[in-house]
Amino acid sequence: MDIARFTVASALKALDAGEVSSRELTQGVIDAIDAKDAEIGAYLTFDRESALRQADEADAARAAGKRGALLGVPVAIKDLINVAGQPCTCASKILEGYVSPYDATVSARLRSAGAIFAGRVNMDEFAMGSSTENSAFKTTRNPHDTSRVPGGSSGGSAAAVAGGMAICALGTDTGGSIRQPASFCGIVGFKPTYGRVSRYGVTAFASSLDQVGPMTRDVTDAALLMNVLAGCDEHDGTTADVPVPDFAAALDGASLKGVRIGLPKEYFVDGTDPQVSSIVRSAIDRCAAAGAELVEVSLPHTEYAMAVYYIVAPAEASANLARFDGVRYGHRTGKPEDVYSLYAKSRAEGFGAEVKRRIILGTYVLSSGYYDAYYGRAQKVRTLIRRDFEDAFTKVDALLTPVAPTPAFKVGELQDPLSMYLNDLFTIPASLAGLPAISVPAGKTAEGLPVGVQFIGAPFADAKVLSCAKAFEAA
Amino acid sequence: MAGESFDVDYVARLAHIELDDGEKAEFGRQLGNILAYMEKLKSLDVDGVEPTMHGHGRVNAFREDVVKPSMARDAALANAPERTDDEFRLPKIVEDA
Repeated sequence: MDIARFTVASALKALDAGEVSSRELTQGVIDAIDAKDAEIGAYLTFDRESALRQADEADAARAAGKRGALLGVPVAIKDLINVAGQPCTCASKILEGYVSPYDATVSARLRSAGAIFAGRVNMDEFAMGSSTENSAFKTTRNPHDTSRVPGGSSGGSAAAVAGGMAICALGTDTGGSIRQPASFCGIVGFKPTYGRVSRYGVTAFASSLDQVGPMTRDVTDAALLMNVLAGCDEHDGTTADVPVPDFAAALDGASLKGVRIGLPKEYFVDGTDPQVSSIVRSAIDRCAAAGAELVEVSLPHTEYAMAVYYIVAPAEASANLARFDGVRYGHRTGKPEDVYSLYAKSRAEGFGAEVKRRIILGTYVLSSGYYDAYYGRAQKVRTLIRRDFEDAFTKVDALLTPVAPTPAFKVGELQDPLSMYLNDLFTIPASLAGLPAISVPAGKTAEGLPVGVQFIGAPFADAKVLSCAKAFEAA
Repeated sequence: MAGESFDVDYVARLAHIELDDGEKAEFGRQLGNILAYMEKLKSLDVDGVEPTMHGHGRVNAFREDVVKPSMARDAALANAPERTDDEFRLPKIVEDA
């Protein structure tokens, strides 16, 4: 059973028609992991027994006439989303051995929909990174070229789907962590509007930015997963109480005809890899050929977005990660001298370099004497960035931009933190404004490396973004 | 500028993370560079601009104040580095009189 040929939609169809069982699909995932994952390194753990048991239950339910939006479909889960009884390490030594006592809301929703989930996929530690090289446990490789990174932080999710070891996966996106690895691995990655999907049970990195989203082979699958994931949640006060459309039905007759697509001039500048620029240019031509109306727009504060992000996100992270102190769960130092050293040594031994760096940066920008100059100012500039988008969306229906300035880079190539951060240049602004944004495959470089383009929509125009991406995919 | 003035010792202590000498030197230099990059925000006039604290405009979310079942004590204690039957166990932190 080669699961690489299945999408969520085709798997559901085959299951409904009795052409395949959930057990066969799940065994297909296990066989693919056995064949390929020693080289790719997408999975941290995979509980075979649990997976096959869940699959048998799904097959029995189906035989008894039950149906579910994902009944019997295996889903790979990024290792910061809690699933009761499964490990949840956030790819950090500080959570080695941790077993979740509860389901995240998205896990509970997948469970109700009948999905099979037993595999935990790799990531940058606590989602801090753009290459998955910051995992404390392993380096994940890009299935298109194993000398290269899969992107990050949801690199395990992207590599599992692109490498034919998962039909679909969940990732999380704080500044581009779904979209950039989707672009690097040639799959679809959708970051919903902030507040569309519950963050309850998803280990927090930067609470005003984090969103869970689907990583899939095509846009239809992203919409099918969104139908399960989206909705207001009493456990997350930041979820929005707004109507949830049928995202998959909204793709019927998806077309770019007459759709006003904005091209923000600040995203088309020197410094982007020439092959990426050329692929994005031909994507724009494809949209025009499909009937879209192209409009040049300006988002004048784009150049400040990265500075804002690397103040706001580490500031929130420094507060969120204060909970890892060696007291209630996670690693505790073996040699505490006093209560301060219990915290300071447990954290020193448990966190990796990038996590320490961001906690220290975040602590600094929140510290007395610097708060107004850094954090306070960054929040105001965030308002200016959000207003840029509001202005643009009075003129256009969606924006089209590159996802990342380069294709996948080599493992070990980017050593300096600031040059790694620059990878998120084109994904960060939509995160700061809380907007829905998708990376959809647009072409390949001469070396065969995938490159995606990004569609960005207005707040809660998730269905519009998916529909543009669907029409582009078909164009 | 910030590279010179960044007091990594002080901030690491606030952050409750013990750093070794190598980390102090490396982080001091790297964070100095990152903060120098942030300087560009100072060129913007933000007087009178409201701060954005969240991805959307919602301010408060209220719910009924009703007691509901919560996590069982054993489940909450299951990942403790050290525990008694019903408590987290920690090293003694108060000196004997």
